[in-house]
Amino acid sequence: MAGQAQGGSQIKADSKKSSVKEARSIVEKIWDSHVVTQLDGHPAIFAIDLMLIHEVTSAQAFQTLDAKGLKVFDPKRLLGTIDHSIPTRKNRWEIYDESAKAQVEALRKNCKNHGIPFLDFDKGQGIVHVVGPELGITQPGMTIVCGDSHTSTHGAFGALAFGIGTSEVGHVLATGCLLQQKPKSMRVEFKGKAGKGVYAKDIILRLIAEIGVGGATGHVIEYVGDAIRAMTMEERMTVCNMSIECGARAGLIAPDQVTFDYLNGKQHAPKGKAWDEAVAHWKTFVSDEGAHFDRQIEIDLSALKPMVTWGTNPGQGVQINQPIPAVKSLPDQEQGVAIRALEYTGLSEGSTMEGTPIDWAFVGSCTNGRIEDLRVAASILKGKKVKDTVTFYVVPGSEAVMEQAQKEGLPEIFEAAGAQFRMPGCSMCLAMNDDKVPEGKRCISSSNRNFVGRQGPGSITHLASPATVAASAIEGRIASAESYL
Amino acid sequence: MEKFEKLKSKVIPLPMTDVDTDLIIPAQFLTSISREGYGQNLFRRLRDNDPNFPFNLERFKNAAILVAGENFGCGSSREHAVWALAGAGIKVVIAPSFADIFFSNSAKNGLVLVTLPAAQVERMLVEAQAGEFEVTVDLESQSVTLPSGETFKFEFDQFRKHCILNGLDDIDYILSFKEKVAEFRAGQPTAVNCVQGEK
Ligand code: SF4
Repeated sequence: MAGQAQGGSQIKADSKKSSVKEARSIVEKIWDSHVVTQLDGHPAIFAIDLMLIHEVTSAQAFQTLDAKGLKVFDPKRLLGTIDHSIPTRKNRWEIYDESAKAQVEALRKNCKNHGIPFLDFDKGQGIVHVVGPELGITQPGMTIVCGDSHTSTHGAFGALAFGIGTSEVGHVLATGCLLQQKPKSMRVEFKGKAGKGVYAKDIILRLIAEIGVGGATGHVIEYVGDAIRAMTMEERMTVCNMSIECGARAGLIAPDQVTFDYLNGKQHAPKGKAWDEAVAHWKTFVSDEGAHFDRQIEIDLSALKPMVTWGTNPGQGVQINQPIPAVKSLPDQEQGVAIRALEYTGLSEGSTMEGTPIDWAFVGSCTNGRIEDLRVAASILKGKKVKDTVTFYVVPGSEAVMEQAQKEGLPEIFEAAGAQFRMPGCSMCLAMNDDKVPEGKRCISSSNRNFVGRQGPGSITHLASPATVAASAIEGRIASAESYL
Repeated sequence: MEKFEKLKSKVIPLPMTDVDTDLIIPAQFLTSISREGYGQNLFRRLRDNDPNFPFNLERFKNAAILVAGENFGCGSSREHAVWALAGAGIKVVIAPSFADIFFSNSAKNGLVLVTLPAAQVERMLVEAQAGEFEVTVDLESQSVTLPSGETFKFEFDQFRKHCILNGLDDIDYILSFKEKVAEFRAGQPTAVNCVQGEK
């Protein structure tokens, strides 16, 4: 079982190192137990427990492998699925875009040739970061990588999970290892209790607005505080997912009973006696009292309102009811970026996000495409109508999410309201499949990036929680969900 | 990987901070399954929208050194961003800071990233915008030399330097520790046991 996979080696490594250094953070514990070897002045050879693979960042890595005549190191430490470039219409087996089709077929073939487990359409397919956790493959203490920056999502389980480039995908395919430098660590404590209508998405957007898109570069963030402890696993995933948007290498949360309850009974989670041993082992992945962090910050949530981004990076966010900051009030180096961002989004400093008319709405992505997100959106839309000027896509993060939603009757609610419930995939999170926001149109989106053209050339994106998206879709303009809850 | 030692070239200025990889190579150009052909779509959107964007200007043609603002390469992990820069002939990027994944992707492709203090970068940006501006980047001595003869020293990871100077790649390095890896993994069950897709 996967839980045991890391068990043996970690316990060994732990006892070896514990005499050297006493108080360690989770990151250090995972680091120490995965360094295979390290020569002086060189990066460590770092063992990877699991690599997730998707169609966009893997083909060239398999080519490298083939060119070097190498085999996959261990196919059972890999899991492939398709998400980025696929259509989300009903007849999705047929991919019209020739190059997207070639990508999907290349991954099917590569997985087959190398004996890699592959979740195809109708076989458990979904967004990489949604399927790992729901299958119980993502577990505390593991090292997880994927050729996708939002791999940080898996940190919600107390795993060290980070995005890598295609060359590195090749390294893991061939060796099961990466060359890594030990990351720096940062502790983010959320204080106070967030109010009604404030979700995990608002909390992470608040952090990014506070420290900026490069604020945590080179660091792995550990999130702590009562607000984190009170979150469900899905909410924790939303928080960890967006760690990369403030530049962090990864984000993680110490596992606790909420984590164990979530994993218990999942397909790949340990069972029986192995389960008890795994839990005992997972409980060691907490930061020791007095552990060193390179940086620490606190964020007070007590007065927080829903957040919405106004600009073209995820750090350019404000509370829905507060004015877009004056450019002059920003740090010097951010002013130019802010001016260009406002020009692009067609907004002006001093105005509030609330009330801005929208044309599109999107609930989905690896940030907010899980069942709880769909439930929140459905509860707001139930018995209401999406404004007729708004096109609203609801896209489940995986087939499992879709099936659960169907069991609960959510698609009917969405459709009765005038939203489209589509097949699973990355969809409108990024403009590389059929789902795009048209040029010049404004979209309120539960995804994670509002870069220029991210949802389609010339499109404008405002990031928000699924609740804010649903309320805004009803009103046809950016609106808080508070009055709908 | 191509070796890199020393390069004298024109500088192409990009006075922007937080240049993300979506900007470097937009998502719609990522559906290829090869590493080639991305250079022509480097900064495609900026090139299409602004005739005065540096990469559209004749005077910056063949420049192999790009100078930009801080947090260059943030956002998506797409290595295509590095392939696009390399494909367009860029061999060195100079900035006050780089995003993590972009940083490691570059090292793996022999694209040399030089980190210099903001004031020095600013000066190079100003000079490059003002007129023809050629500098020499020497990895061996870790220095950038300006036309005035002035030299800016930069830090560089010694292991990466060794790899880039010699054109070595990570797979070969890791494989040279094959036995140690096998020993480490011995007895560890694998992560994925049985998967629905295989039925
Ligand atoms: S949903 Fe968006 S952010 Fe998540 S993996 Fe897909 S494209 Fe990347």
